[in-house]
Amino acid sequence: MKHYDLIVVGAGPAGSGAAIEAGRRGASVLLIDENDRPGGQLSKQIHKFFGSQEHHAGTRGFIIGQALLREAQEAKVEIRLGWRVWGIFPDGSVTAANDTESVRFHGALIVLATGASENALSFPGCTLPGVMTAGAAQTFANVHHVLPGHDFVMVGSGNVGLIVTYQLLQAGANVKAILEAAPKLSGYAVHAGKVRRAGVPIMLQHTVVRAFGHDALEAVEVAQVDDHFQPVSGTGSVIPCDTLCLAVGLTPRIELARAAGCAMVWSGPLGGMIPRHDRHMESGQDRILVAGDLAGIEEASTALDEGRLAGIRAAFRLGLISSAEYEELRTQAQERLDRLRQGPFGEKRRLAKEEVWRA
Amino acid sequence: MERIEQHPILSIETAETIHITVDGRVLEARAGDTIAAALLANGIRTFRHTAKLHEPRGLFCGIGQCTDCIMEVDGRPNVRTCVTRVRDGMIIRTQQGNGGLRHEAL
Repeated sequence: MKHYDLIVVGAGPAGSGAAIEAGRRGASVLLIDENDRPGGQLSKQIHKFFGSQEHHAGTRGFIIGQALLREAQEAKVEIRLGWRVWGIFPDGSVTAANDTESVRFHGALIVLATGASENALSFPGCTLPGVMTAGAAQTFANVHHVLPGHDFVMVGSGNVGLIVTYQLLQAGANVKAILEAAPKLSGYAVHAGKVRRAGVPIMLQHTVVRAFGHDALEAVEVAQVDDHFQPVSGTGSVIPCDTLCLAVGLTPRIELARAAGCAMVWSGPLGGMIPRHDRHMESGQDRILVAGDLAGIEEASTALDEGRLAGIRAAFRLGLISSAEYEELRTQAQERLDRLRQGPFGEKRRLAKEEVWRA
Repeated sequence: MERIEQHPILSIETAETIHITVDGRVLEARAGDTIAAALLANGIRTFRHTAKLHEPRGLFCGIGQCTDCIMEVDGRPNVRTCVTRVRDGMIIRTQQGNGGLRHEAL
């Protein structure tokens, strides 16, 4: 069984950040991911990121992913792709399988950065082919270069719904409407402006009530909803479409953290059940740290800095940096995170995060 | 359902054309395609039918998490088509039910 100072599960922004920071300080690091390409969901982000220079502002997501891969290679991180971690044991062994075999590694420390999955929505017809997550459409358009349909309807006006709508338009699709159950837009006005200028109506206080089709989606029925999100009778209308995208939030992928014995806490603003953790990204389960969407749904830049924080913490616990060095690096990372958690959107996440630290 | 040949941001390189057989029909795919991408590019959206109600299912999460898009590939059932790449000569079938597993066994 091969031994590493640190095993990082998940090669998205959080896991890459952790692997880079620990590897740079001399730790032997294994970065492992079930996908056959690194970067997690950065590979499908073709828009320019916001923020400041320290957060790669103005750089497209997939370019950031490529830069992280180079940084990880420079930090001598061993990267294993196409391996699914299926078990973590109290002695620090981690088991991973590909299509043909299962192997076991040992880590003195483990960072879990398993990310999130997209939420589904339940309504008659929701299982028809053509009803898919917004991320699925985004992956197929931006990574595989195939549009999964032609006439789209989007459910959800958060940033995912708005950005994916715009990217579907860039790929040549027709997006007929964005439905938003709430009475106001839930994403950034700048993203909403782009889709509105492109002529896509954003229907507030509307949702999908039914999907029609024989072998696959042919149309959806949409209706206005009241203040309790219940459809108002007599307001239904039918929109012909072959693809309905669901952009209705994300849920942390906690299976491995749970299997590893991490205690769970509930945080509505952070996406539901998450592993309990402190400001050092320690889970309280000895040798296990957590970072990124697993530790609360935010966005890629935050995930990256949380991952860096976990990697710095791992380096400290491995004795590779002094407590003074650790405190300085931790403070810098925390300040970057605080800057990302400002404003009306960020503030809510910052408060929720602080509540988790106290739990 | 169509291939994106031009894009304002992405540079699209045309990969080598290969052939796959889907339910007995020979179709074109491109080297490096996932099976699901190749099927969608050929206008196929229904990948399997469920065991009990025989309802159609297709692509849902697109990143290998949900297993809604599983098909029978080269005789092997339950292959996640959204994360499995095509190979020249690959034989793909619409999956019926659990791909050979009996209900009683589940």
